Amino acid sequence: MTTTRVSTRALLTRRRLAVPLVLALGLAACGGDDDADEPAAADEPAGDAADEPAGEPADMGDTAECAADEVDGDLALYNWSEYMDPDLISAFEEQYGVTVTEDFYDSNEAMQPIIAAGGSGYDVIVPSDYMVSILIEGGDIMPLNKDAIPNYSNLLPEFESGLPYDPDGAYVAPYQWGSTGLGVNLGALGDDFPRSWGLIFDPDIRAEYGLDGKVSLLNDPRETMGAALKYLGYSLNTTDEAELQEAQDLLRDTVGALAAFDSDSYDENIGNETTLVGHGYSGNFFAQFIDSDNPDNWDYFMPEEGGTQWVDNMAVVADAPHPCTAHAFINFILDGDNGAALSNWNYYASPNEASQPMIDEAVKPFLDKATAGVDPEKIEFIRDTGDFEINFSDAFTAARG
Amino acid sequence: MSSSANPRGVTRFLLAGNGGLVLLFLYAPIILLVIFSFSGAKDPGVWGGFTFDWYRDLADDDRVQNAIGISVRVAIFSTIIATVLGTMAALALERFTFRGKKVFDALLYLPIIIPDVTMAVMMLLFFTRAFDLIDAMFGTRFAKGFWTVVVSHVAFNIAFVSVVVRARIAGMDSTLEQAAGDLYANRWQAFRHVTLPLIMPGVLGGALLALTLSLDDVVVTQFVSGPGSTTLPVYVFGLIRRDVTPLINAVSVVMLVASLVLVVASLAAQRASEGRRRRDLAIPGEEPS
Amino acid sequence: MSAPAIDDLPSGEEVERQLERSRRRRGFLLASPAYFYMVLFFAVPLVIVLVYSFATRTRTGGTSLSGWNLDAYRRLSEDFIIDSVVRSAVFALITTAVCLLVGYPYAYFAATRSPLVRNLMLVAVMIPFWTNFLVRNYAWRVIISTGGPISSVTETLGLGEVDLLFTRTAVVLGLVYSFLPFMILPLYASIERIDWRLVEASRDLYCSGWKSFTKIVLPLSMPGVIAGSILVFVPSLGAYVTPAILGGGKEALLGEYIVNQFLTARNWPVGASLSFVLMTVMLGATIVYFRSGGKNL
Repeated sequence: MTTTRVSTRALLTRRRLAVPLVLALGLAACGGDDDADEPAAADEPAGDAADEPAGEPADMGDTAECAADEVDGDLALYNWSEYMDPDLISAFEEQYGVTVTEDFYDSNEAMQPIIAAGGSGYDVIVPSDYMVSILIEGGDIMPLNKDAIPNYSNLLPEFESGLPYDPDGAYVAPYQWGSTGLGVNLGALGDDFPRSWGLIFDPDIRAEYGLDGKVSLLNDPRETMGAALKYLGYSLNTTDEAELQEAQDLLRDTVGALAAFDSDSYDENIGNETTLVGHGYSGNFFAQFIDSDNPDNWDYFMPEEGGTQWVDNMAVVADAPHPCTAHAFINFILDGDNGAALSNWNYYASPNEASQPMIDEAVKPFLDKATAGVDPEKIEFIRDTGDFEINFSDAFTAARG
Repeated sequence: MSSSANPRGVTRFLLAGNGGLVLLFLYAPIILLVIFSFSGAKDPGVWGGFTFDWYRDLADDDRVQNAIGISVRVAIFSTIIATVLGTMAALALERFTFRGKKVFDALLYLPIIIPDVTMAVMMLLFFTRAFDLIDAMFGTRFAKGFWTVVVSHVAFNIAFVSVVVRARIAGMDSTLEQAAGDLYANRWQAFRHVTLPLIMPGVLGGALLALTLSLDDVVVTQFVSGPGSTTLPVYVFGLIRRDVTPLINAVSVVMLVASLVLVVASLAAQRASEGRRRRDLAIPGEEPS
Repeated sequence: MSAPAIDDLPSGEEVERQLERSRRRRGFLLASPAYFYMVLFFAVPLVIVLVYSFATRTRTGGTSLSGWNLDAYRRLSEDFIIDSVVRSAVFALITTAVCLLVGYPYAYFAATRSPLVRNLMLVAVMIPFWTNFLVRNYAWRVIISTGGPISSVTETLGLGEVDLLFTRTAVVLGLVYSFLPFMILPLYASIERIDWRLVEASRDLYCSGWKSFTKIVLPLSMPGVIAGSILVFVPSLGAYVTPAILGGGKEALLGEYIVNQFLTARNWPVGASLSFVLMTVMLGATIVYFRSGGKNL
């Protein structure tokens, strides 16, 4: 009895202690950068967040005052795993007399909260297209100072400007690009098969080519719902609930015919014939095929119904400790030779015009396959759909119920 | 060992058989990855002839070595801190009543129950807000890195250590400790020579569990680390996105050998100290013969 | 209590109260380092997430703390979420049962060996887990796929090919593998301290081996059974990496849904509220379990 009373009091005391601290922390969160959509919402109840013009960052943020090739300290790079040639890092360190610390993430989604929270300590990050718009809206990356990046003009015209997530190239510099499509085992399918999402979603085609239980889809709500939407002839950025429902039903009917939802080893699965058709990213398939004993046994294509094109981009974190070194690094990667070295190392396509002539003959024909033969009208970037992201995530869960 | 504790006949045979099968089950993938760490083929599961290439690659790979170093340091620090704090907590909860005991009890269960991604997000928010607050109040800027990882690992490991140690203490009678008190041993002596040896298997088990959890954590670590504090599991997690190569097997084998050395050394040390203790004090230990 | 009260001297009751107070103080002192650590580095962060569970997702996936509401909690009643909870719970129950059935005899056998052997058996359980867990999962993938060791054995025996990869069996196998040590460690810790003289006494009284096990050993090891079951059930319930690697992610599970809410959907209020409901239920169940059985052993 006594203990109960005592512990209740202790609980109350604890609560009194905890609440002001948490409020303080919580208020700090309101003014923070993870929701620039609603600047200081809790501090001034009168401010209505909905009035904020969509797409326009609350605070354009200051760019860094740097000259070309100026460095202001060591570089902290936060990049995808196995996406940067270590030799390029050494070359940069040598040329600029700085040390580069590299850390790695496995998805945009794992990186974004860490950057958005602020104080991450990173200088340069490599977000994909749709994530760039989310980071811009959150005020989490700073506008680039183009004076410090003379190599920006090396980019192909279509990458230098006009990208939907950063139309003027104000915030990011494209790093590499590729597509999401299908890798196929030609030995099993022959030369004459429909280059369509139907290989996965159409029961008749699956039966004809013996694909039941031999296909894999990415374990990713947007990419996988997007593939189903494309097969049905819709936009993969749809915000129409009926269309998404149709895609969900289609996926539900397909689950039984899948080997797996796999985002990590779809390339190895197709290599060891666990699967015959796999849904995945172009560069990973190319790496798997080029390194195999008979590269001709496999092919990669974007299905004729269209699919996802994506661009990964270099961006400078808004609170980067060393923004000038960050700019110098971006400029270094945009150098023609360095851009080519990158593509030759990781088998993803280069957005760099100056790099094109230096790309290996063995690699180049593969890179060209990323979007080859598909009506450009049908190729889409994944875009942030706002609240509809929840619908995508739920549909992907419900389809596997 | 008393006679009835030691099973005989068919029972013994079945128990030994189960033990063997459990070990076979636990070591099957380990044997496989040791074998394939010497395979010349890039694909895991395909034998491509004997080679040391992956170990040579590992010796040249600064990033992996760096990650291993950080992982081991995080694991050692967090295991030691969590084992000490968790054991104290377990003793307090099983042997004493005190203010706020029930709240503490519940609080110690939460890290086991919480989904790892939720813990990751909350630690991320906590550290960034707390550091902002400290910066605003004292003008000192802390950054996430090695120590935030250690602090977070301790936060979940305390709970696991205390659960295992409590399973040991629960119901254990305290007459020996009281007897030590009656014989004018001071509290520290009573603890050092009576209580600690009695609960040692639990403490050891808890420490092993903490070490394992720390060496395996990806999500929480990823969210609370900073530049240059990537641990091995976080590194491997990203690497697997690209390729599962035997390099990762080689890394695992190196970790395995390193921990084996550690374990053999600590077991030897434990045996030596037990021998000493038995000579010094004629206290019946946990193993009556 | 029964000490005769003498004037001038503190009464027996007074002495006992002082003793009790000093014991309480010692208890609190002993607990305080962990207590303060957990409050600062776990309870406070947890309250931040609790606050987020009443917040609103902004259009871009941030979290707005203005306009508190229960929307996130209301969403949890959707069918597909409940389905995934049930599915995860079934996997977790099976995993716990298998771990207990396999782990108890192992822990019992280990606890009845000589000190050297029992330490070796205990450490032997942990050693495989000092390799990387992803690497272990991928090794299992090789073992259970067609052409792997299991399939070769069954083929030699004339039973034909077995392909367990991407099946429910593979999920259970992977979960049991991941969490078996969590069962064995607390079981071992509680069996090893049993006073075997009780068992001897029961045998002297002509109890059968089985009866003295069920009447004496099992009840005395119950704290270990409970601790082990919690340590296995709870993480299996939230597991998502192993089911994805070995099961192919073809069934939506709770752990994966929570991860998706925090990461892909960037819907922190729902992720937070789901976590809190889960934690409350598990904590409640644990307390009820302890009250109903655990404590009067």
